[in-house]
Amino acid sequence: MQRIGVFICHCGTNIAATVDVKKVVETVRAEEGVVYAADYPYMCSENGQQMIQSAIKEQNLTGIVIGSCSPRMHEATFKKAAAQAGLNAYMVEVANIREHCSWIHKDIGEATKKAVILVRAAIAKVKLNAPLQQGTSPVTKRALVIGGGIAGIQAALDIAEAGFPVDIVEKNPTIGGRMAQLDKTFPTLDCSACILTPKMVDCAQSDKIEILSYSEVEAVKGFVGNFTVKIRRKARYVDETKCTGCKACMEKCPSKKGLNEFNMGLNTRTAIYIPFAQAIPNVAVIDPAQCIKLKTGKCGICSAVCGAKAVDYTMQDTFIERQYGAIVVATGFKPIALDNFNEYSYATEKDVITSLELERLMNAAGPTGGTLLRPSDGTHPKVITFIQCVGSRDTSGCGKPYCSKICCMYTAKHAMLIREKYPDTEVHVFYIDVRTPGKNYDEFYRRAVESYGVDYIKGMVGKVYGENGKLMVQGENLIDGEQVTIASDLVVLATAIEPEPSVRKIATLLTASIDTNNFLTESHAKLRPVESPTAGVYLAGVCQGPKDIPETVSQASACAAKVIGLLVKNELKTNPCVAGANESMCNGCGQCANVCAYGAITYEEKQFRLGGGKTETRRVASVNPAVCQGCGACTVTCPSGAMDLKGFSTKQIMSEVESVCRA
Amino acid sequence: MQSIENGNALNGAGTQTFVPKIVAFCCNWCSYAGADLAGSSRLAYPASVKIIRVPCSCRVNPTFVLKAFQQGADGVILCGCHPGDCHYVTGNYYTRRRMALLFSFLDYLGIERDRMRVEWVSAAEGARFSQVMNDFVSKVTALGENRKIADIRCKGASGGEDVAGGNNDD
Repeated sequence: MQRIGVFICHCGTNIAATVDVKKVVETVRAEEGVVYAADYPYMCSENGQQMIQSAIKEQNLTGIVIGSCSPRMHEATFKKAAAQAGLNAYMVEVANIREHCSWIHKDIGEATKKAVILVRAAIAKVKLNAPLQQGTSPVTKRALVIGGGIAGIQAALDIAEAGFPVDIVEKNPTIGGRMAQLDKTFPTLDCSACILTPKMVDCAQSDKIEILSYSEVEAVKGFVGNFTVKIRRKARYVDETKCTGCKACMEKCPSKKGLNEFNMGLNTRTAIYIPFAQAIPNVAVIDPAQCIKLKTGKCGICSAVCGAKAVDYTMQDTFIERQYGAIVVATGFKPIALDNFNEYSYATEKDVITSLELERLMNAAGPTGGTLLRPSDGTHPKVITFIQCVGSRDTSGCGKPYCSKICCMYTAKHAMLIREKYPDTEVHVFYIDVRTPGKNYDEFYRRAVESYGVDYIKGMVGKVYGENGKLMVQGENLIDGEQVTIASDLVVLATAIEPEPSVRKIATLLTASIDTNNFLTESHAKLRPVESPTAGVYLAGVCQGPKDIPETVSQASACAAKVIGLLVKNELKTNPCVAGANESMCNGCGQCANVCAYGAITYEEKQFRLGGGKTETRRVASVNPAVCQGCGACTVTCPSGAMDLKGFSTKQIMSEVESVCRA
Repeated sequence: MQSIENGNALNGAGTQTFVPKIVAFCCNWCSYAGADLAGSSRLAYPASVKIIRVPCSCRVNPTFVLKAFQQGADGVILCGCHPGDCHYVTGNYYTRRRMALLFSFLDYLGIERDRMRVEWVSAAEGARFSQVMNDFVSKVTALGENRKIADIRCKGASGGEDVAGGNNDD
């Protein structure tokens, strides 16, 4: 005999203002099977939970329904309370009478009636609930970090600090990421390399961290606590264990025309190269598209000069497979391509550059040794114009609709550094809005304007064109209400940033969701900002949304805390709401395994007893409860109706439908 | 307080206006969350929409839809994550194929196509959820009562209770 208790929450006035709670209680009290019904101002409060718990004990309730906010909000709270009072947590149903009722309806009569229907449907469902037990699965105490930029480095260091082994997979030959390319960092103007490279070295020296550079994630199987990841180790053609980083090969390599990626293509590099002086690992790599030996078979100079005998032209990509308990995605960003922005003449004028290119031009380790020179003729620019929001906040479809967040600050930084180093330079900045929230950020921007005399012009630029060796920047000054044309020597575009394109593949492999701008989606925008909706996958840095270095580091450390919290556990509770086949009905047709995205279903030959002492052997489906995610695709595919989903069984849903329609 | 005895509102002239019964199946990850967002953004849609939560749109068996029509629903809407964004990777692709077949079956049964709808609503699209529901309810209202496979024993079978009332139109 079912003994159902119903508890209706007022949620202060959130529910009670539009739903006549007392009336709902009185009405559902008459439902068959309901032996207890009550209301309370805040069911989720300690007193509310105690009320539920004492009713469960005193009334011997076999199931409870809470009419309250969305189950996405407090279902876990109520389940926990029920379990503490001795009622199986899966005998709890929540009727959403706040988000789906009181908040959207104004008419009390209408809202009350709907609340009754929703609570009745939950009662109809809970009557068919069965007590479920959570299973357990073991946790592999090793973490994977995808991406070796500042986000990945920080996350790996924090996880390693707690004593867990971490692998960093980085697709480039060295870790360091975008931050390694920066000159100075706002708002303190300390040198980027000075604060980043010690962390890179820490990674290399940690006995808990293994850096898998020049590697990519190929395949991911498994689930939280038990991921199996296949990693492609791309052929470097140089033995990592032998190379000493002496650079003798780079001095002798005859193929010198490769664009230097680290310097944004502003100068060239040899075919065998180490990306930059502080690269970790400090090991050479051969660019197969450029190497004469690999392309034509003739050359081999680097191998001849290598004292360590590290060069191996026959090297092939290799694959390794490893087990991980948690995965941090920190794939970072790239500046957008400017193909859609011909008005800025980026493709045709050499002296129109992006901000990241300017970083390299101002960096002491950059192509000009830190002296700011025009790419076209190597002269000092006297008039420099910055254009902000190139492709950011652009709803025309050419760029990105979002704000890239970092451009206002780095443009102020660039303007300030230039004015400080070359006080005779005239600096103009075109902007839509200056957005500088953050600790010491607005002060920083004001210093650029007030102390360094940078000329900020509110308005957008319509056109940049070359004329008599000058770059004419034509824009509008909204404050003065006039058109302005500035004859400049150098134009710097604050280019929008977008997620590194490889993130799409990673997201697919991890079944992590991605938004329309290719940013990975967090589990909850406010309350679970570093967790992906896929359990065991965490997000750090710009792959989740535009952010600067301090925010990226905070998020990476937050990820590490979440990962550590996961890895300290010896086993995880699994979701018991999984599929299962009724073996007496299953004929082993194999359709369910076809639609299962997780490979949770296998088939086994089983012996069944028939009447009269006879037995038969049949093939039946068997679901691995640790792998099943509980989507229910198999239940609908099953032609015989043998497959059902616990917690969302066909009977339960049918009963809800009936209850909703009957009212 | 207004009368809540009647399922159908009385208009000024005393004649009843038709209020349809709508069953909305929403997947837990996108559309149910979208409905929650519509709620927290206070974006109204008619109270005739009743949401049933399912883990994924692919959990919805076409028989659930037929059951709803049989039990007296005037419209059924199924909402899931946008194609490509399914929490379970491929679930909504199965939904899309199954429901395409169901539409043909509804044609065969003579149930108007506009009584059944499949929509993709993400967790961020509260406004879209509300707009979809408003639009769907107005289309179904225009079609009037579903009489095709409705079991007449189900319609108005309210057991004489005062609050739920049921439709007193027959």
